[in-house]
Order: sequence, then C-alpha cells, then structure tokens
Amino acid sequence: MDKKTIIEKLEKRIVSDILKEPGRTIAFDEALISSGLIDSFSMVDIALIVEDLFDVQIDDAELSADTFDTLDQLADLIQQRL
Amino acid sequence: MLDHYKEDAEFPVIIFQSAGKPDIPITYKELVEKSYCYAEKYFNDGIRPGDVIVLVLQHSLDLIYSYFGAILAGAVPSMMPFLTEKLIPEKYQNDFQSLLTIIHPKAIVTYREFKNEVFDHFDTASQVKHIILSDDIVFVKKKIPAEIPGIFCDDESVALLQHSSGTTGLQKGVALSHRAVFNQLDGYIKAIKLDPDKDVIVSWLPLYHDMGLIACFLMPVLYRTQVVMMSPFEWVRAPYRLLTAISDYKGTICWLPNFAFNFCAKKVRDSQLEDVNLSSMRALINCSEPMRDSSHQVFAERYVHYGFNVDAFATSYGMAENVFSATQGGIDSPIVKDIINRDIFQTEKKAVPATLDEPSIEMLSTGKAVGSVQIAILDEKDNTLSDREIGEVIIKSNCLFNGYYNRPDLTEKCFINGWFRTGDYGYMADGELYITGRKKDLIIVGGKNIYPQDLEALAMDVPGVHPGRAVAFGIFDEDSGTEEVVLIAEVDVDSEEEKSTISRAIKEKVTRNSAISLRHVMLVDEKWLIKTSSGKMARAANKERYIRLTTNSKTSI
Repeated sequence: MDKKTIIEKLEKRIVSDILKEPGRTIAFDEALISSGLIDSFSMVDIALIVEDLFDVQIDDAELSADTFDTLDQLADLIQQRL
Repeated sequence: MLDHYKEDAEFPVIIFQSAGKPDIPITYKELVEKSYCYAEKYFNDGIRPGDVIVLVLQHSLDLIYSYFGAILAGAVPSMMPFLTEKLIPEKYQNDFQSLLTIIHPKAIVTYREFKNEVFDHFDTASQVKHIILSDDIVFVKKKIPAEIPGIFCDDESVALLQHSSGTTGLQKGVALSHRAVFNQLDGYIKAIKLDPDKDVIVSWLPLYHDMGLIACFLMPVLYRTQVVMMSPFEWVRAPYRLLTAISDYKGTICWLPNFAFNFCAKKVRDSQLEDVNLSSMRALINCSEPMRDSSHQVFAERYVHYGFNVDAFATSYGMAENVFSATQGGIDSPIVKDIINRDIFQTEKKAVPATLDEPSIEMLSTGKAVGSVQIAILDEKDNTLSDREIGEVIIKSNCLFNGYYNRPDLTEKCFINGWFRTGDYGYMADGELYITGRKKDLIIVGGKNIYPQDLEALAMDVPGVHPGRAVAFGIFDEDSGTEEVVLIAEVDVDSEEEKSTISRAIKEKVTRNSAISLRHVMLVDEKWLIKTSSGKMARAANKERYIRLTTNSKTSI
C-alpha cells in the first residue's frame, strides 16, 4: 500500500472517531501528540485504528511523540511493518 | 508503617509494575530503608518537621521513597503533576510559580534533567532553598534510629498537602492533619471491610489524586495490605494492564472513576485478555466523578465472561477535603438504586419514588456515611432539608481538612458552623446519599477536577474573542462515561473562515495550557451569553441554553 493511501485512511478515521469532526483535515506534517490534538485518552485509539485498518501492531510503549507525532511518521512506521 | 517494618519486614506491600519490565515487589524493609535515605537527606539539608517538600517526579519508585521519606522526616509532602507532552512549559511555569508563592516550600525533589531544563529557568523555583535531585540519592543500608522526627508529629499538625491541577486548583492546597488521615482510614477500612490478609488492591490511579493517594497508597502501606500499582500514563495507553494485574495477583479491590469502566470495556482487545480471570474481585468501586449504571453495564457485558461478578460493583462519594471518602455503598451487597419521578425532580427539587407508569430517573446511591461522617442537606437559605428534598450536601466529620494551605480566605467560604460545604447537590433517603448535580462551577473530566474559569481565561486571550465573554461547562457524554468540555465564546466576525480560525485557535490555546483537550467550541454573536444579575457569566444558564440548542446532545442531570 502506498504511503498516500495510508495517510488518507488514517486521516479519515482519526477525524471521525477521535476528533469527532468529520469535515476536518489534518496535514501530513501536523503535530498530533505534542499539540494535544490526540490526547492521552485517545492514544490507545490510534493503536486500535492502525490494527483495524492495516493489521499492524503498535506497542503501547510506542504511543508517544518520540515514536511518531505526524501522519507522515505514523505512515512510515506502518509501512515498515506491512 | 514502622511497626510493620519491625514485625513483617519481608512482606511485599507494594508490587510496582512498569511496561516492559519485570514487576518489582517492595517489602516493608526496602520501603522504610530506602525512604529513610531520603529522610536523612532532607534532615541533613536542614529541613525540619512541618516544612513543605514539593515532589516533581514521574510515577516511579523515587516518588514512593521520597514521599515516605518526607513523612519519616516529619515534613509535609506535596506532589505536583509532572509536565506532560502537550503542556506548554511557560504555562507549567506560571502554575508552578503560583503554587510556590502560596505554599513556600523548603525543598523541591526532582530529576537532574528536569532541573536543568525547567527549574533553572524559573525565577521562583530557583529561590527555593533546596532542590534535591533524586539522581543523587544513594540507597545504602542504614539502621533506622528509634527516634525519628516523623514519630513525634503533633496529631493536629499538617501531614500532607493535596492539589488538583490548573491555576485555580494549585492555589487550593488541601492541608490534612495526621489525625484526619488516621480517622479517615480507621473509618474507611471498616466501611470496605478490609482484610489485610486476604485483600489485594490494584490501582492505576495517579498518586497526586486523593483516591490514588489515600485508598491505593497510604491505606495499603499503613494497614499492611498488598497493592499492585502501575503508572496512569501506561494504563491509559494499555488499559488491559489493569485486567491482567487483577488476574495475575488475584486482586480483590479496585477504585475507578466512572469513565474507566467504559474505557476498560471498549479499548481492550480480546487477544490481550487471554487467560484473564477476574473472579477474585469483590469490590470495584466507582468514585470521583458522576457515576452511571450504564457504565457498569458495559463493563459487565464485556467482563462477566472473564469471571467478573457483578455484585462487586460498589460506589463511593468523597473529596480531598474529607481526606477521601464520605460515603460507601455496595460492599457485600448490591448498589442501592432509587427510581424517582422525573417531572417532580426537575420542577420541585424533590426525589419522589416513581410509580410504574411515570417518567422516571434511576439514581445510584453513593452509599451510607463512612465512620464519623454526618451528612445534611441545605436549601438556598441554608435551612436544613428533610429526606428526599434536594439541596447542597454539607458534611461534618473527624477527618475534615485543616483548611486550604495559607488561604484562610478560601477556607472560610467553604465552612458553615463547622460543616463543610461540598458544593454538590443531592438528597438523602433511608440513610443513603444520592448526588444529583453540582452547585459549584467545576467540570470533572476523567476524574480530574477542571475549573471552568481557567479555561475561559485562556479562551479570552485568543484574538477576536470579546474580553469577559467566554463560558465553559461540562456535558455528560454517555459513550465515554465522563464529561466533555464545551466552550462558548462571543466573537465579532461574520465569515465562516474567520470563525473557523478563531475556533481552532481557542482549541489549541486551551489544549496546550490545561489538563484537557478541548474538542467542542461554539462561537456566537455579541450578547448571546447570559449573565447573572451581578454581571458574572451564568455558566449553568448558558449550559441549559446550549443543551436546548443542540438537538442530539446527550444531557446530564
């Protein structure tokens, strides 16, 4: 799967499931975690969404801005594990 | 604690769990001896009984040892939440300064890295006499002298301080005496029928929160009951850990804020629950935010298959000002429920049992008074009300706090003839206390107290928002089991584009400068917001107006 598709799929689910703002867009390089857009209560949702969409596991220790903070970085991580 | 150290030194009273590492059992011997290394450092630095020590450490063994070290030294420990990823350091600095200027600590305990990166840039922090670095504490085996200062503390002296977060919360340090803490625990262990030989407590709660600090830290250590603890930051990213900890250690008691029942039910995969058995759990106590039977139901639906017994659901109502718990229900018996007439509840402020064909509301009891706690209900003119009449809950007990530390002005406002005004609305029926709402302007998100005035002040800083024209309140969300914050602000712009820019700026400002992530902002025209006759923002009236406007809102009572 190409990176653009991964980013689009992630963006769609994050805005609808986590942000509850389906019309919103997220830039590929927009900070998600360090900005608080994805708060600590929603971190686990990221792991669940990624597993759902791509059957890729993200360990809970990886759920921090140190591992990924943007859709771009998250897509890289997913691509490595596909 | 010292008695247990002498008589039961090898008992592993704390099991400390951290992700990716083996569990660490901490015996009384280790706990007392390592805490004493901190106590000695405090003492050598000239810290004396009664001096305040602020602990700025992550959920860690150092936090545990530095805390009990302060108690052994007779000093007053106070935990400050650690800087989180999303919080702007300048905001953290401002909050911290306001805390320091009120409580005047003698020492701060933190990490070297944190001191270099954060405290060295703080004017007020650098004036604190001792900045003690946990990195420098060397744990060496020492004989504990028979006469340590902590033993000789006067019962009435302050034992510890508790704060909630944010600018407002940090200015209200709840000062608890030794007498209050012991009176509370003596009453509470009877209410939950604690059996130190059989019970095992499991907790993910933060230690700076009263439920985590009192029920899941001080009580087990002082009453020789094993507690399995994990970091709240790790739990929130991996909620299954709570379930596996209960299963692995045959946990019997656990305290959770309401949202955590929903969270555990919805955010754990089946694959993470292999071989999990929850049949040991006898009390899963819902406390610290409005509780819902629906949250218990979603938890039960998910976990009865894993051996969870629904009779274990229990409830409690408490506040840091009473050390922790004021009522407790559902221990060894189901939670008491009260089905009341909805219309009479809404129009006459009375809780009258509903007949079968009437529209009704199901209320969950928070239980009966714990220990010496007395409960009364007052009307708006401070007259005492009878059973089933709704008014402000006030309490009196032998474990009330000494006051907000160095804030006699705030303390005075919350007492009436020796009774503490809880700021909550409720009613009594057959000795059971039911909470129906809140008089005080406070939002509780995921068990955390959030003061709306802090959020409003942040929103008003955003260009385009009229000064003094923003209001914040909480709306209960059934799906997450907690309150969602809504912020309404008056603006003077017409274009949707400009509105969208301001709305996003408000969300970002509040999110980066407070403990919550703001998701719901509504921008309105000038003069939309309702003010009270004295010119203040009427939060409750604006909340009602918002609820009427948003058709699909799930509303709380």
